[in-house]
Amino acid sequence: MSAAVKLGDKRPLQTWSPPSFIATQRARWALYAGALIYLVLAIGSVQVNWSRVVLGLERGWAFVLGFLYPDFSSRWGDILLGFQESLTMTVTSTVLGVFLSIPVAVGASRNLAPTWIYLLCRGFIALSRTLNEIIVAIFLVAMFGFGPFAGFLTLTFATVGFMAKLMAEDIEEIQASQLEALRATGASYLQVLDFAVLSQVMPRLLGLSLYRLDINFRESAVIGIVGAGGIGATLNTAMDRYEFDSAAAILWVIIVIVMLAELVSGRLRKYTQ
Amino acid sequence: MLQLQQLDKRYPTGDLALKNVSLNVASGEVLGLIGPSGAGKSTLIRCVNRLVQPTAGHIVLDGQDLGQLGSSGLRQARRHIGMIFQEYALVERLTVMENLLSGRLGYTGFWASWFRRFDAQDIDQAYVLLDRVGLSGMENKRADALSGGQRQRVGIARALMQSPKLLLVDEPTASLDPKTSRQIMRLILELCQERGLAAIVNIHDVVLATEFLPRIVGLRAGSVVFDGTAAQVDHDVLTRIYGDEDWTAITQRMQATAHLAAERSEKNLNLAAA
Repeated sequence: MSAAVKLGDKRPLQTWSPPSFIATQRARWALYAGALIYLVLAIGSVQVNWSRVVLGLERGWAFVLGFLYPDFSSRWGDILLGFQESLTMTVTSTVLGVFLSIPVAVGASRNLAPTWIYLLCRGFIALSRTLNEIIVAIFLVAMFGFGPFAGFLTLTFATVGFMAKLMAEDIEEIQASQLEALRATGASYLQVLDFAVLSQVMPRLLGLSLYRLDINFRESAVIGIVGAGGIGATLNTAMDRYEFDSAAAILWVIIVIVMLAELVSGRLRKYTQ
Repeated sequence: MLQLQQLDKRYPTGDLALKNVSLNVASGEVLGLIGPSGAGKSTLIRCVNRLVQPTAGHIVLDGQDLGQLGSSGLRQARRHIGMIFQEYALVERLTVMENLLSGRLGYTGFWASWFRRFDAQDIDQAYVLLDRVGLSGMENKRADALSGGQRQRVGIARALMQSPKLLLVDEPTASLDPKTSRQIMRLILELCQERGLAAIVNIHDVVLATEFLPRIVGLRAGSVVFDGTAAQVDHDVLTRIYGDEDWTAITQRMQATAHLAAERSEKNLNLAAA
C-alpha cells in the first residue's frame, strides 16, 4: 500500500491533529453556545439585595476586626471544655473507625473477598460516603440527644467509610505475586493478610489514619454546630451572641491545632515510608 | 511420587490452557518444562499446588489426590510443596529473615506469626539456609534492598524452609543476567541433589535447560509434545515444540555445552577415583 512512500520523496507533507472529543463540528459549536447561554441566564436569575450586601460587609468587617483582636479570656472556660470534648471525640472516633475499617476494606477488595461480601462492603462504603457528616450528626443527635456521644458516633461512621474505600483501592493494587507466594506456603488466610497484604499497605494505612485524624478534628468543629458537642457548639454559641472576638479566638485555636497535626503527621508519614 | 493424570484447565474466558496432560515425576527427579509463551507452563505448575484450579484430572502426590482436598487439607498439602517464582515474589517491605520464616507459616499459629515469635528450630534452620545460599549476615536487610540474584536466593531459601518434598520452580532465571542465571540454576540443582528433592522447573532458555536438567518435557498449546532426556532434544524436537525455525545455532550450542558437561563430570570422576 504505502510501501512506496519514502522520506525524501517530493510530495505534500502529511498532516495530523489530535482527534476531537466530539467528532462533528456543528454539534461541538452547538454545545459551546448552549453552555454559554445557560450560564448567562443562570447568572441573571440570581437576585442580589444590595442593601443586605452592605450590611453583610459591615458585619464581615466587624468579624475581621474581631479576628485581629481575639478574646481568649472572657470565654476561656467554655473554649477549654469545648476543645477537650472535640479532642476526645476526634481521637476515640479515629481509633475505633480505623480499627473497624480494616475488615470492611478487606471485604471491599475484589482480589480478596467473594462477590457477595464485596458487594455488601461496597454498599456500606457507598452509604457512609453519601451521607454527609452533618446529616448523620443531625440524625444521631435526634437519636441519642445533644453532646459528644452523637459526634463520636458520627465521626466513627464517616471514618469507616473513608478509610475502607481508600484502603480497598490500595489493597486491590498490591502485587498479586506476593499473595500467590504466601498462599503457596500453606499459610492461613489471616497469615496471608498479615504478611502479603498488611505489609504492602502499611505506609498508606498509617498515612491515611493520620490524615483522617486531621479531618475528624475539623469535622468535630462543624458537627458541633448541629448539637453534636465539642468546640463547634462553643463556636455556635459565640456566633449567636455576636461575640466575634471570642469566635475568633476559637478559630485561632482550631487553626493552630490543625497546623500542628499537619506538621506531626507529615513527619510521621515520612518516617514510616 | 507425583502423578498428573489427564489434567485439563479451561479458563473462564474459554481458553483451554491444558489439554489432557499426564506426567509422572519420580522421587528426587528434576524435570525441565519448556515450551513457547502461552503454552501453559505456568498454568501446569500452578495446577500442582492448586493456585490454579484444574478443570478435570487428578494430581496425586504420594498417593494423596490433591484435587479432592478441602481448604485446610490443601493448606497442609501445600506445606510440602515449595515454590520459586520468576519475579521472586518476596514480601518486599519485610526483612530477609521474615521472608525465610514465612516459609514456616503453615506450621505456625496465627498469633505466633503476628508477633513474629517463630519456633527456635525454624530460626536456626533459617540461619543455616541463609548461609547455604550465600547470604549470611543479611537477615535484617529488607528484601527490596537486595539485588535480583540475592532476592532469588532468598526465594529459594524460603521454599526450602518448608522442608518440601517437591519444588515448583517458575522461570527462576527469566529476570536475571546470564551469569547469575547459571549460578541460580546450579544452586537449585545442588540443593535438590543434597536434599533428594523432586522439582519441576519452567524455563524459557533451552540451552540452559538442557545443560542443567536431565529430563525435558516440551509443552505446546497445552499438550505434552515431548518427554525425554536432555540429550534427545534436537532440531526435530525443537520444531515439534516451538514450530519451524532455523535451530542450528541453538543445537550447536547445546552440543557444545553437553561436551563440556561430559568432560566436567569425567574430570570429577577421575578426581574422585584418585
